[in-house]
Amino acid sequence: MSQINVRVDGVDYTDDVEPRTLLVHYLREQLGKVGTVVGCDTSNCGACTVHLDGEAVKSCTVFAVQADGSEVTTIEGIGSADGALHPMQKAFHEMHGLQCGFCTPGMIMASIDLVNDNPDPSEDEVREGIEGNLCRCTGYQNIVRAVQQAAAEMNGRTAGAAETMGAQA
Amino acid sequence: MTVTENAAELAPAKEVGQARRRKEDARLITGRTTWTDNMTLPGMLHLAVVRSPVAHAKITSVDLTAAQQAPNVVAVFSGRDFAEEQGSIPCAWPVTPDMVNPGHPSIAVDEVNHVGEAVAIVVARSKSAAQDAVELVDIDYDVLPPVLDMEEAVKDGADLVHDQLSSNTSYHFVFDAGDAGTGANTDEAFTDAEVVVSRRFIQQRLIPAFMEPRSVVVQPQGDNFTMWSATQVPHVLRVMLAMVTGVPEHKLRIVAPDVGGGFGGKLQVNPEEVLSLLVARRLGKPVKWTETRSESLMAAHHGRGQVQYVDIAADREGNVKGLRVRLLADMGAYLRLITPGVPALGAFMFPGIYKFPAYRFECDGVFTNKVPTDAYRGAGRPEATFAVERIMDELAVELGVDPLELRRKNWIKAEEFPFTTVAGLEYDSGDYDAATQQALELLGYDELRAEQQRRRESGDPVQLGIGFSTFTEMCGLAPSRVLGSLAYGAGGWESASIRMLPTGKVEVVTGSTPHGQGHETAWSQLVADQLGVPFEDVEVLHGDTAVSPRGMDTYGSRSLVVGGTAVIKAADKVVAKARKVAAHLLEASEDDLDFSAGKFTVRGTPGAEIGIQEIALAVFAAHNYPEDVEPSIDADATFDPVNFSFPHGTHICAMEVDTETGMVKIRKYASVDDVGVIVNPLIVEGQIHGGLAQGIAQALYEEAVYDADGNLTTGSFVDYLVPSAADLPHFDTGNTVHAAPGNPIGAKGVGEAGCIASTPAVVNAALDAVRHLGVSDILMPLTPERVWRAVHQGGDGGDRAPAGTNAYGGAQTESTAGVSTDASLGGEL
Repeated sequence: MSQINVRVDGVDYTDDVEPRTLLVHYLREQLGKVGTVVGCDTSNCGACTVHLDGEAVKSCTVFAVQADGSEVTTIEGIGSADGALHPMQKAFHEMHGLQCGFCTPGMIMASIDLVNDNPDPSEDEVREGIEGNLCRCTGYQNIVRAVQQAAAEMNGRTAGAAETMGAQA
Repeated sequence: MTVTENAAELAPAKEVGQARRRKEDARLITGRTTWTDNMTLPGMLHLAVVRSPVAHAKITSVDLTAAQQAPNVVAVFSGRDFAEEQGSIPCAWPVTPDMVNPGHPSIAVDEVNHVGEAVAIVVARSKSAAQDAVELVDIDYDVLPPVLDMEEAVKDGADLVHDQLSSNTSYHFVFDAGDAGTGANTDEAFTDAEVVVSRRFIQQRLIPAFMEPRSVVVQPQGDNFTMWSATQVPHVLRVMLAMVTGVPEHKLRIVAPDVGGGFGGKLQVNPEEVLSLLVARRLGKPVKWTETRSESLMAAHHGRGQVQYVDIAADREGNVKGLRVRLLADMGAYLRLITPGVPALGAFMFPGIYKFPAYRFECDGVFTNKVPTDAYRGAGRPEATFAVERIMDELAVELGVDPLELRRKNWIKAEEFPFTTVAGLEYDSGDYDAATQQALELLGYDELRAEQQRRRESGDPVQLGIGFSTFTEMCGLAPSRVLGSLAYGAGGWESASIRMLPTGKVEVVTGSTPHGQGHETAWSQLVADQLGVPFEDVEVLHGDTAVSPRGMDTYGSRSLVVGGTAVIKAADKVVAKARKVAAHLLEASEDDLDFSAGKFTVRGTPGAEIGIQEIALAVFAAHNYPEDVEPSIDADATFDPVNFSFPHGTHICAMEVDTETGMVKIRKYASVDDVGVIVNPLIVEGQIHGGLAQGIAQALYEEAVYDADGNLTTGSFVDYLVPSAADLPHFDTGNTVHAAPGNPIGAKGVGEAGCIASTPAVVNAALDAVRHLGVSDILMPLTPERVWRAVHQGGDGGDRAPAGTNAYGGAQTESTAGVSTDASLGGEL
């Protein structure tokens, strides 16, 4: 067992973990942070994506011990304290960027990281930027729309006014 | 505001038709979800399944000792431990009276028939302890030759999957329109035909690949059991588990909490569900099993898997005269819930939208040493649509006519609905020409055809092709009497109930079981309109047999058409019951009441009114209600449709093919779907997008590949290519709307349309780009390697797997001839 100190979604934890414990298993099984999910065993699907010190990582490729001394943010920690949604969460809802929702936590975390790196991504840049995250339901088109809308709001280009949806595009 | 404002302006906007944002999203975008694997119960034990590393073998010895002694292991079981009580995984669809079903043990006892079959179960205090001990289970196998190729498997003297059977054929299913009285004699149609085109098409095996891995939790409580499962079919599962395990149905509760996709892949009674229940019963402790992705790809059922021999007859003018289809359908090693029924369901869709005078269909269900096949998005209809839309293109080439003109000449005209097809189905409504016109405009057809011409003339290394799919499908599964006539083991009705709570809020209980489709939102829209209550006042309950006791669940694009109609009918009953109470309270005759926007008003008596939500409180208090009624306005309804519904549409794909690299790229994709009346355009568009992604993935990316020893070589997401955002194009989608006459909503179903329609459009487009180079077919998926080979070496591009291994006959290629793998190296678990 190794002891780690880690801050997750604004709360400090000190825990003993097996050295082989993956960050995602630590989050789910020891902290009860079940908003972050496991979708594969080869780091292809990205469902487990969280932020480690502000950068998106697939938490199935990080050992819990590697997070020692770090700050982890999960899907459960990106809204504001008053319960307001993060612009990316809001955009996924507005643009119907999810169906079953299993990939959604990872997709949202990866997308926030994408927009942090590229404040105004083109459609192709969004598609390439999230290619490490698989979605089986949406065909990605509405995810792309969501990421672009959130990028605009996160960078102050709109007041979050949604593109008219529902009409076919 | 003025007093002249008319009633229409005062009436609230209809909910049906609005792009309501989904209620479901609130928990899904914040991580406040209830996936089965999230669940933890006091004292819960964890299961890990030991799986066969070989495709076909007798089990000669089992040694569990080392695993039993491993740290934190509570118990280890082999098939022998459950041989007497496990029964067989049920098959609900004996498609012929003499269908052969060898039985399907949940855990192998004496022999294994596919890689990944359960052979032992480790029960431990933690998941990691269970998984660690899997390595310590020692099982010896006496390996038998694997049966992998259907065309070999049906030959005389072939090796047998099940040595107690006389052949590898489970059944021979025939539909002959001449015999059924729905068409002319097919043999005569072919004998007399001026033109006959014959092709052999391959529907490769696909893997549903839902994002949430399967997961089961079972809690024993005395002689009661509660099972949470990532399933599409909690109601079906409850009945079947009761029959299989002997746990009485009323002692078994099934809960499908948040379920992360299914696509038919969770329409199953899974061996692991049976085993979890048996272990929980044996030990008297709560247990959980959650699969890894590799287990999911290897052991959850696959879809498709057909060899299709298709003949089409026509005259020189391009009038089709007959269609003849013979299938080899890959059952895999066993028959699961509806394994044999999938190709049989497809039998009725091969004629597509065309007026064939004669039609004959024959299908052999064939056993192989692979994981069983079963429902995957479309289930029989994508296979049929692919065959007819591909053969129409082949006929057009043979006749030297435009493929769209050939289709137009033969399809059912708008004024001919309802139209009874040669397969005996009554198509309900539509306008194929209107959808096609709209799709051509969406695509920018003329411009792309001109560009294709330019590229062809200049010998551009990147050629352009345009492919069509003008399709229909059967949805709204299903009229129970029709299912009965097809020997299906259940009905196709759906159930709903509406509970009017004292505060006026509304609980809608549905027997449909969503796993991403958005029922909570769409059903709220339906009920808001029917009862005139706010959208926000409606809560939709589902997926728990204790809450929603009657249901047939979600598959076959049935939820809105059948389940939504049950909701409408329950709401109508609520209004009828409320009307009696309203008349009593308003001291008026029922006949003088109008009901609109949630209020009963008395005709000719301004100001006399009462809202349905107030009536809910009145009957809760029950101080004052009519003597001849019960103090409740709650109601139940069960709807059994009298016909299927038939969505249709036109999909057009423009495809660039790089003849130097074999790389294909969708340049533009336009689709116009008629799914009847649209309740929520946001959800409909999303369903189309998702279906397109999966249908395109069959054409371009996905295939479950087995090697010569029967190992699944696409056993992870590294090798099984679920497309990413970068692999898919933007979709230009549209709709025409012809209401379905068979249900009060007018909806036809949308869940599978995109997946059914898109695959042949994509393949036809790629072929259209390179036909002038001598290419007439390319096997799916159209990998760059296959496309390059087809262009430069001829043929269909060859197999991805080693020689002699696949359903499609094991065409050898230079790089794969003689290649094999050692079983001891494969099957790494």
